[in-house]
Amino acid sequence: MSRIYDVAVIGAGVVGMSILRELTRYRLKVCSLEKMEDVAEGASKANSGIVHAGYDPIEGTKKARFNVEGNNIFADICNELDVEYKMIGSLVVAFDDYEINVLEELLQRGKRNGVKGLEIKSQEWVFENEPNLSRNIKAALFAPYSGITNPYKLTVALFENAIQNGADVIFSFEVCKIEKDGDYFVVHSADSRFVKTKVLINCAGVHADEISKMAGARLFKIYPRRGQYYILDKPQKMPVARVIFQVPTEKGKGILVTPTVDGNVLVGPNSEYIDSKDDTATTQEGLDEVFEKARKVLPSLSKRDVITIFSGIRATPDTHDFIIEEDEDVKNFINVAGIESPGLTASLAIGKYIAELVSDKLNAKRNLNFNPYRKDIKRFSELSDEEREEMIKLHPSFGNIVCRCELVSEYEIVEAIKRGAKTLDSIKRRIRAGMGRCQGGFCLPRVMDILSRELKIDKTQITKFGKNSYILTEKRWED
Amino acid sequence: MEKYKVVVIGGGPAGLAAALESFKSLDDKKVLIIERDKFLGGILNQCIHPGFGLHYFKEELTGPEYAHRFVEQVVENRIEYLTETHVIDITPEKEIVAVNKKGLKRIKADSIVLAMGCRERTRGAIITPGTRPAGIFTAGQAQRFINIEGYRIGKKAVIVGSGDIGLIMARRLTLEGIEVKAVVEIMPYSTGLRRNIVQCLDDFGIPLLLSHKLVKIHGKYRVEGVTIAKVDSQLQEIPSTERFIECDTVLFSVGLIPENELSKKAGVVLDMRTGGPVVDNTFSTSQKGIFACGNVLHVHDLVDNVTLEAQTAGRYAAIYSQHPELFENNIHINIMAKEGIRYVVPQKLNKNFVQPFVLRFRVDNFYKDAIVTISNAGKILIEIKKSILTPGEMESIEISQKILSQLDFSNDIVIRLQNI
Ligand SMILES: Cc1cc2nc3c(=O)[nH]c(=O)nc-3n(C[C@H](O)[C@H](O)[C@H](O)COP(=O)(O)OP(=O)(O)OC[C@H]3O[C@@H](n4cnc5c(N)ncnc54)[C@H](O)[C@@H]3O)c2cc1C
Ligand SMILES: Cc1cc2nc3c(=O)[nH]c(=O)nc-3n(C[C@H](O)[C@H](O)[C@H](O)COP(=O)(O)OP(=O)(O)OC[C@H]3O[C@@H](n4cnc5c(N)ncnc54)[C@H](O)[C@@H]3O)c2cc1C
Repeated sequence: MSRIYDVAVIGAGVVGMSILRELTRYRLKVCSLEKMEDVAEGASKANSGIVHAGYDPIEGTKKARFNVEGNNIFADICNELDVEYKMIGSLVVAFDDYEINVLEELLQRGKRNGVKGLEIKSQEWVFENEPNLSRNIKAALFAPYSGITNPYKLTVALFENAIQNGADVIFSFEVCKIEKDGDYFVVHSADSRFVKTKVLINCAGVHADEISKMAGARLFKIYPRRGQYYILDKPQKMPVARVIFQVPTEKGKGILVTPTVDGNVLVGPNSEYIDSKDDTATTQEGLDEVFEKARKVLPSLSKRDVITIFSGIRATPDTHDFIIEEDEDVKNFINVAGIESPGLTASLAIGKYIAELVSDKLNAKRNLNFNPYRKDIKRFSELSDEEREEMIKLHPSFGNIVCRCELVSEYEIVEAIKRGAKTLDSIKRRIRAGMGRCQGGFCLPRVMDILSRELKIDKTQITKFGKNSYILTEKRWED
Repeated sequence: MEKYKVVVIGGGPAGLAAALESFKSLDDKKVLIIERDKFLGGILNQCIHPGFGLHYFKEELTGPEYAHRFVEQVVENRIEYLTETHVIDITPEKEIVAVNKKGLKRIKADSIVLAMGCRERTRGAIITPGTRPAGIFTAGQAQRFINIEGYRIGKKAVIVGSGDIGLIMARRLTLEGIEVKAVVEIMPYSTGLRRNIVQCLDDFGIPLLLSHKLVKIHGKYRVEGVTIAKVDSQLQEIPSTERFIECDTVLFSVGLIPENELSKKAGVVLDMRTGGPVVDNTFSTSQKGIFACGNVLHVHDLVDNVTLEAQTAGRYAAIYSQHPELFENNIHINIMAKEGIRYVVPQKLNKNFVQPFVLRFRVDNFYKDAIVTISNAGKILIEIKKSILTPGEMESIEISQKILSQLDFSNDIVIRLQNI
């Protein structure tokens, strides 16, 4: 296999997909190369999903710039892509005078970064507006323009829209060697495929330092920094209305408690440097730390409500700022590396910036057919009974509930597969089948029936997320 | 809107028995069963091992055989049922919304019987650290893949939880050629029946590791092993007792949770300890005309008990549908679970229906030589000696007419354990 592109993006996380989509605004042949079988298999599926206001990063940094710019355009792009985004606001809570001083610093920094609406709120205000928070809280920094989104659904939406507009995404393509052939980069995969491209963009997350080295570009180091989380069942009444942060330390933004756009409660993350870049295990110590710290803010938190635990790995660069630049020595090689938090928030602004840079470079014309809109799959759980009736008339499979906890119909699963989902996790991320309180206990076999039927593969071939993640090992007898 | 006297939600053994009993006691035979699966029979369809019906039928049946006896009667009596139909909403006014491929149905019921069964606790619910590879199953999932679909789910397995389901699955996996390396149990005792420990583990040489905890799951794509450790009496891990077991499959059989999301929508009050509705001796929930039975009410070990309980619920549901006035101005006295008793069902006695009934309860720990007492107004009415009591075994005590006649209705009924 060989394909020739104007631009290739390594890594199909939210940053890579945002860049890819923005590139399709131009008349360019573009692709993304991803080692896994789906988009959002890295940090983009395992983070807090917060659209940060921008008071954290130090002024003048790329983090600060792209955070604030990203926040400004987030609502519009989510609107185009039919992705949930809720501007619920955030609070950083302070427990003592020292922490109140930190709030003041954050406020000033936020102002310098151009963040609007920041205000320090009194204890009374906090109790009135967030009655379940600890009575030991003395004050809080309120950021009305902070919001929440669904990070992997955003990544999927960017992917689908990029595909709609003509981009390619090549999965199971693990970049292992990069060579130069005249004006082109030749990018090789571990299983001996390659693509040629004029411009190569490195969005390989925690592995971006290795890619940069492969290309003979700038040397830097990415340190994996893990964060662990709890997901709690959808409560009858949300215990918090906003994103609740604790005062940040040198280790990061600290443990937060927040509603998710899907109506669950998310608690986490801690921060720990780890040895392996792919060690997404959770640990007892990490989970205990998260729980204890979160309890300090929300005393009513209960482990009874936990439905799952997970961790994500931040790509912390030794440069202390995002690395977003064309390499000085290797022309046409662009690093978008070290994109740790607030990388989700920044991703949409980074996409625009890089696409402009590249289109200038290649003198590309505008793609007049670019369509910014993408529609999400119609969700049974989100419609009124009347709308459901209409849909069932059109598509009887909309009346077949497969995932009982999240009320996901057969129709939605088939749609997800049509749009490129091949694994159980990819279906889960797109339409939530298996994400509810029973975690697939009921629907897993049923989703596998549908996958096997639609993809015309035996059930023993179905994986959780590609490679060796098989569910079943052998067929014993036929029906 | 379609109208029924009694609508039963869930077509497992509880739903079937309730529907049959309602049907028998009704003049106007409008009874409907709604089941989301393809077939009636509930969880029993995948329980192909023997051990069902010993009490009710006095013979040993498999799950599907047991269910079949009730399904047959439902069919013979032409009781209406819908399969592949999912109830998505119930209102306090007893309106039901159900969907299937033909459309969305709205049904008005005079009474409703909740019989939705339960779901399994998962690896996440018990907060098990480690990675999240493929190869992690709940016992029920594994049972479905193996018994109904005919697949093998791995080669070497570790089972977490030694209740009856975990024990039975240990034997099942072994018979399927999967090596069961161990059954790991955090408590110092198994909550499974003695006969299951012998027939499912001992006979196959499968080790049962009591006071052990699974502390970590390893593996990137498929499970590669687990780390287990010993725990102390506080269930805390004992340092440096960690041990790695290589396996490609982990089965969790760590408890069941009554499935009450719909009940909550109908405004039914739940009991924190059972996870099911609070009911009185008519199996009436806090919402008038809504009854509950089977695993949705509390988790049963034996289906025979489910059937008996469901029959009572079905009968009262029929009575309610014809004479709701009998349930007006009901006054209850509480039945309180005190020392040593984790929960009791029913939680209330209805003064309008002072009729003999069975109290079912579980103890909160392992007890030897203890006395269960039932008292009222400071007076002990029943005293039963037990040589062994474990949380894994549901106990029952009959409250006879004679006992009822001695009750002081201005006081609670209290059930507690006393050591000898
Ligand atoms: C715990 C945690 C919490 C966070 N919270 C927030 C938050 O609340 N708000 C916020 O704005 N940001 C947050 N972030 C940051 C945000 O998640 C990341 O900045 C963002 O997801 C990075 O996206 P990415 O595309 O750069 O990386 P990734 O999503 O990691 O994508 C990298 C991709 O590259 C692929 N890849 C790697 N090597 C190769 C190779 N050799 N060949 C081919 N493909 C390869 C990977 O498979 C992966 O798909 C958080 C991050 C973490 C870890
Ligand atoms: C592995 C295993 C082994 C067992 N072994 C034994 C044994 O050896 N001996 C014994 O006596 N008992 C045994 N039992 C216990 C026995 O099977 C249960 O106690 C009994 O099946 C519970 O009956 P139920 O009707 O309450 O629930 P279920 O059988 O779970 O039935 C509930 C039904 O409700 C349906 N439903 C739920 N929600 C909806 C909705 N919204 N709309 C429509 N339908 C819905 C479900 O699909 C299901 O069919 C075992 C159980 C298991 C899981």
